[in-house]
Amino acid sequence: MGMNRREFLQLLAAASVAGFGMNSRWALANQPSNPYELPAFGQVSLLHYTDCHAQLLPIYYREPSINLGIGAMQGQPPHLVGEHFLKHYGIAPNTLEAHAFTYLDFAEAAKQYGKVGGFAHLKTLVDQLRAQRPGALLLDGGDTWQGSWTALKTKAQDMVDAQLLLGVDVMTPHWEMTYGAERVTEVIEKDFAGKIDFVAQNVMSTDFDEPVFTPYVIKEINKIPVAIIGQAFPYTPVANPKHFIPDWSFGIRDERMQEMVDEARSKGAQVVIVLSHNGMDVDLKMASKVTGIDAIMGGHTHDGIVQPVVVENAGGKTLVTNAGSNGKFLGVLDLEVKEGKVADYRYKLLPVFANLLTPNPEMVKLIEKVRAPFQKELAEELAVCDEVLYRRGNFNGTFDQLICNALMEGLDTPIAFSPGFRWGTSLLPGQPITFEQVANQTAITYGTVTRNEMTGAMIKTILEDVADNLFNPDPYYQQGGDMVRVGGLQFSFDPTAKMGERVSDLELAGKALDMTKTYPVAGWASVQESVPENKLIWEVVADYLRDKKTLSKLELNTPHLKNVSTNPGMVGS
Amino acid sequence: MKRRTFLGNTLALATTGAALSTGLLAPQWAAAAGEASAASEASPSPFNLKALDEVLKSLNATDAKTSDAIKIKAPEIAENGAVVPVSISTTLAGVSTISLVVSNNPNPLAATFTLLEGTSPDVTTRIKMAKTAEVIAIVQAADGVHIAKQNIKVTLGGCGG
Repeated sequence: MGMNRREFLQLLAAASVAGFGMNSRWALANQPSNPYELPAFGQVSLLHYTDCHAQLLPIYYREPSINLGIGAMQGQPPHLVGEHFLKHYGIAPNTLEAHAFTYLDFAEAAKQYGKVGGFAHLKTLVDQLRAQRPGALLLDGGDTWQGSWTALKTKAQDMVDAQLLLGVDVMTPHWEMTYGAERVTEVIEKDFAGKIDFVAQNVMSTDFDEPVFTPYVIKEINKIPVAIIGQAFPYTPVANPKHFIPDWSFGIRDERMQEMVDEARSKGAQVVIVLSHNGMDVDLKMASKVTGIDAIMGGHTHDGIVQPVVVENAGGKTLVTNAGSNGKFLGVLDLEVKEGKVADYRYKLLPVFANLLTPNPEMVKLIEKVRAPFQKELAEELAVCDEVLYRRGNFNGTFDQLICNALMEGLDTPIAFSPGFRWGTSLLPGQPITFEQVANQTAITYGTVTRNEMTGAMIKTILEDVADNLFNPDPYYQQGGDMVRVGGLQFSFDPTAKMGERVSDLELAGKALDMTKTYPVAGWASVQESVPENKLIWEVVADYLRDKKTLSKLELNTPHLKNVSTNPGMVGS
Repeated sequence: MKRRTFLGNTLALATTGAALSTGLLAPQWAAAAGEASAASEASPSPFNLKALDEVLKSLNATDAKTSDAIKIKAPEIAENGAVVPVSISTTLAGVSTISLVVSNNPNPLAATFTLLEGTSPDVTTRIKMAKTAEVIAIVQAADGVHIAKQNIKVTLGGCGG
């Protein structure tokens, strides 16, 4: 188990105070001696992980220090960081849970508590919870097939096999689609047939508007019919290349969701769960509009949320949970059903600490097998950095800064753009940056780098466009990524302003950006179908790191922010 | 105007009320109808008008009230601005025409469906959008003109997730 006495005592302290803020009855009645021994409750249990991004091995993952909520979303989950987050959920600082849910004192705490996630550890936890909860379903919220070198190289076969061994029952997609329609269909028809239900109510054919996937399944848990409705990431063809899935149309499709809920109820479902890849703000809005859903178990925005948000709507109440990312958490929802209806619930988002769980030997074997052919390239140590490398945050992360620096140097441009992805694991100071770590930030099926000539006006348009996808006051118009990372260019940014007015004071090397002048801009992950032949992003970053060998003082280029100084989605406010 | 009326009816009836046109045809078709009408009538076709307020005026919709009885089904964010599917249906009584206006298009009026008596007021088309805009459904019902609006965003894409 690798846990010393001090750690164990801290763990007990964390377990007794943390995560029960909205369920004090339970906290008093059932203080567990071990956080992984959750007392079972009710008859229907759902286990949920999401956005693991193909991380088969335990990793580090730093939660954001900036996650701004605008308008009605300000100060509400998930838009709380650091101490604001702890305070909201009554989590004591300097505990295992404080480390799991916030960025606070990240490097030190990560050293103390060790890595998180890993499929062999997750498997042990899932099996343990299932033993206490016969019939429990394991739900996979998607973004499972993408995010690692082995997933990219095996076209996600490593993850498909791992999902089957883990015992996933139902899944819904997002990044899965970037392997193309043919590959997705192949996995559903061959590997998943009779084992994993791949559900999505919001994907229709572009020609005749017909459903592409099974919208929902009804499974009996302890003789209670439970419907699981899938909600794929609504903006897959906008945020990722449409040409991978030319015949499929996505979208939020509230009305069809309502129809599916009503249909499932009419077929006898006593519990209706939506397995969602909407992103949490979209989940919350959907819960307020669609009636008859007991719980939306969501992902996409990588928010690890301690307790469900209870949303009232015209038909009653809907719970909204979001279960973090990278295999770091497992959500456990226990429901008590009385007279054909959900009467009560318990929820716990369990952090998966690798040091506290014995890895499952079968899964260890599978992971070793899939990694073996790539072991040598994965292990290459390219460089070392003396600070924490991370990605997640609204505007920039140290690893993204590194990528922008590599792009500007490698492609000889004064400006670089790197997409606002939320996946990508973290590294501790001094931890070798291996090729595997570079792949964890870059491994996608459209990783070609680009070098474009853009006018100042075009650059401003792009920044404004992406900004609106993040800060539009209506969540249905958001895409759930973070702001495009910008290398070389300084600017001011007002998240509360209207579309087209958020970005100002654009400067390059101390001079105002000329709207009519043309500048070379480096980038990667273009969603266009035809991209000029060029290197792949991981090659550019790896070359840069091999050349530098040691990195220090990565100056994080972030915009000068306006009108958010009191926003609890930001440090220091 | 006769050609357009005829086409509108044909399309609306073809799929029992859920009319499906390619939408990309709409501008050419509109222009053709416009030329024909310009020749035969004094006032230009509303399809040729450039200013939104003029289009609304031509459809008697300048002061029309927003109605909950009109439902617009359209994506919040367009997957492809060149072919955006939009459906308009209504429970209003005595509907004679349903028009679709795109606020930021060079020619804001994208389609007008003329419904024969007894036709279910439920039409679908695909429109081309130059940029983020409001789509406005304008319904001529027995008791007057009613409207409904929805914002459809046209984005550059990328950078998600």
